[in-house]
Amino acid sequence: MEALQIYERLKQRFPDKITEVGGKPDAFAVIEPAALLDLCRFLREDPDLAMDCLSNETGVDYKDHVAIVYHLFSYSHRHSCVLKVKLARENPAIGTVEEIWHGANWMEREIFDLLGITFEGHSDMRRILMPEDWPGHPLRKDFVEPLEYHGISTVRESPIIRLDQKK
Amino acid sequence: MPLLNTLPDYVLTTKTDELINWMRKSSLWYMLFGLACCAIELMHTGGPRADIERFGATPRASARQSDLMIIAGTLTLKMALRTRLLYDQMPDPKYIISMGSCSNCGGLFQLAYSVCDGVDKVLPVDVYVPGCPPRPEALTEGLIKLQEKIMSERWLARERTAEL
Repeated sequence: MEALQIYERLKQRFPDKITEVGGKPDAFAVIEPAALLDLCRFLREDPDLAMDCLSNETGVDYKDHVAIVYHLFSYSHRHSCVLKVKLARENPAIGTVEEIWHGANWMEREIFDLLGITFEGHSDMRRILMPEDWPGHPLRKDFVEPLEYHGISTVRESPIIRLDQKK
Repeated sequence: MPLLNTLPDYVLTTKTDELINWMRKSSLWYMLFGLACCAIELMHTGGPRADIERFGATPRASARQSDLMIIAGTLTLKMALRTRLLYDQMPDPKYIISMGSCSNCGGLFQLAYSVCDGVDKVLPVDVYVPGCPPRPEALTEGLIKLQEKIMSERWLARERTAEL
């Protein structure tokens, strides 16, 4: 099945839950955050779709909102689709898809770590890359890197500039 | 008559400092501390072709048995605190070789939010080995440089100057 056919099928099953279909060359569907879990469960369990693999789950900061992108793949039908969920920028939260695809565990922790999106119902909602006591979420557009971390300076002077100053 | 000629053939004379230094430089046990791709070159350096075991350097799995820490790879800020802890666990005298651009100055990832811009922000470094990653020959050269540095140390003389 082509991606657009998959979205058509989703529209029949969940009317009003898909707000937008677009994008070239890889089409994506923007879905309502509240309907995410039902939709994902349907995608996985419907025999014609059988999306048994969450290839990638990632997040994007668009400055006015944040989005989560789900790349799904079916090993039995060899087809794939892309779902997007748009969330408000302040305290974004969404349900976890961990119980549908177990691989989402670490990917959702990464999104939480780097973008600050909380996943409700996640079994282990901790940072995964940055230290536990790190301030802020580094992939947010308004993130400002602290000048030092536990006494370790995060800035290194360029040796070339220093040579120029000597002259 | 010089002292040397009065002694039997199997007796060698040397200075105590040099004997201590020679013994220390000839058994530099380095800690296995691979952080990124440089670790592959570190393994090669310990392997049969470059073979730094010729110089008495052998890998140890524990910080408590090591004299030398070869920091091979990108040091992240999260790892920096743990590295400091490991360094504190090593018995004195201890040395650090910073291997590769990443541990020298942050390298390619210097502007990244998660990377410590150089090991020398956290720990005292004895020898910097440039390269991305350095070849096994370069690391061997770094080890030899460190051995030269160890040979120049004065332990007994230092105490004497302290009294003066």
